[in-house]
Amino acid sequence: MRTRATRILGWTTAALLALTAVLALVVSPADVNQKDAVRLLYLHVPTAWLAMYVSFGVTTLASLLYLWPRTRSRFWDLTAGASAEIGVVFLALTLLIGSIWGRTTWGVWWTWDARLTTTAVLLVLYLGYLAVRRVVADPEVAAKRAAIVAIAAFLDVPLVHLSVEWWRTLHQPASLFDENRLLDPQITGVMLLTLLLSVLAFTLLYAWLLIHRFRLAWLEDRAGDRRMEAAIAERHAEADLVDAGPGPADTPIPHATLEPTS
Amino acid sequence: MWRDAALVAGKDLRVEARSRVGVNQVVPFALLVLVLFAFALDSDREVLTKVGPGLFWVTVMFSALLGIQRSFVIEADDDARDALRLSGLDGAGIFLGKAGAVAVQLVALEAVLAVGVIVLYDVHLRSPVLLLLTCLAATVGLAAAGTVYGIIAAGLRVRDTLLPLLVLPVLAPVLLAAARACEAALAGTPSDGWPWVRLLAVFATIYVTFGVVAFGALLEEA
Repeated sequence: MRTRATRILGWTTAALLALTAVLALVVSPADVNQKDAVRLLYLHVPTAWLAMYVSFGVTTLASLLYLWPRTRSRFWDLTAGASAEIGVVFLALTLLIGSIWGRTTWGVWWTWDARLTTTAVLLVLYLGYLAVRRVVADPEVAAKRAAIVAIAAFLDVPLVHLSVEWWRTLHQPASLFDENRLLDPQITGVMLLTLLLSVLAFTLLYAWLLIHRFRLAWLEDRAGDRRMEAAIAERHAEADLVDAGPGPADTPIPHATLEPTS
Repeated sequence: MWRDAALVAGKDLRVEARSRVGVNQVVPFALLVLVLFAFALDSDREVLTKVGPGLFWVTVMFSALLGIQRSFVIEADDDARDALRLSGLDGAGIFLGKAGAVAVQLVALEAVLAVGVIVLYDVHLRSPVLLLLTCLAATVGLAAAGTVYGIIAAGLRVRDTLLPLLVLPVLAPVLLAAARACEAALAGTPSDGWPWVRLLAVFATIYVTFGVVAFGALLEEA
């Protein structure tokens, strides 16, 4: 049942992405100034939306729910981790696409614009979060530590944004690119439709990826538990065999030699 | 809580005073970094004077990393962390004590470095009040955020490489704000610096609060 729902979600996502591609590449018009480069808009905005707001939002929320004693469960920890992984991948994509776009429209790969700088810091912050998750430890300890890191990182984001914004406004009166033009509020017609559709398609893609990544993490978790149980049962069986055997054993074999390492 | 904080801070500072690691290694390292910047950039006075505040704070941040690592290494020896856990001291108090000790050491380091910057980079001081408040707010922020991440990384095999990755991006606003505020206090118009000091104060408040709330739980599991 769960699998079938996921499959339907997957196919819907694929169909919507294909439709977005057709609309973005063929149907929607090229920009007067930017020519065909404007089509990167339909990738850049949805990846940024997916990474910054959806993924990291879910990570923060899941981390809070994990730390809240009443809702504490492995489910939220694994969700937070899965979501952050997707977020980091798509944030890196956002920077990459933005960089290519910047090169074609402004002639530079990178500028120390407030939004770009914040995004770069954000990427490093969440890379740190993933590094903390990779550290081997007792699952419960690791989960709590990761949740606290996620929340501390989230607290930092507005401060980073504020500081780089002031930095740019105090030092460079006219930014190299006008942010209002990039996310033009006057964008209309086919372009607006394409953009909205692509945001929807990428949001569904996120949901589909999250479900799969979560399922994988969940199975890994279960497999780890199984192996542990099997190893303990094996040691028990060995010990029982020695106890039941003829004659006293020379060396006592401890019952469970395997303990979770902390 | 405050009594516990004073006890822990006193202990950490006594350990530092007796081991002399700070005086013998961290301070020379920080001065060395100042000299290395001059090598890397230029002996040109103008360049160094211009970028002096930024270099100062980069040096402080790297030295703060050493200080924070040191602050948790002394707990790792002889299972001191278990003793700390069993001592019955308040988690928030331990946090404030450890962060306070780091802050005191950082202030001392900043004083030495400031002399180094004045001598080596030829900077002039325009607004001492702004400079002092900047240093104070930035130091509290550095120490608080550093201590939070220090306990997260403490006790892990990869702590020496993990800590910089975790803490440096978090400290990015502190570096930016402190460098800009110092620039204003030294050469620019001092009134430009006050918004940055406010930002530093907000950062310090957030991470001190966060540490007070979360440190107990983190110490239990470190």
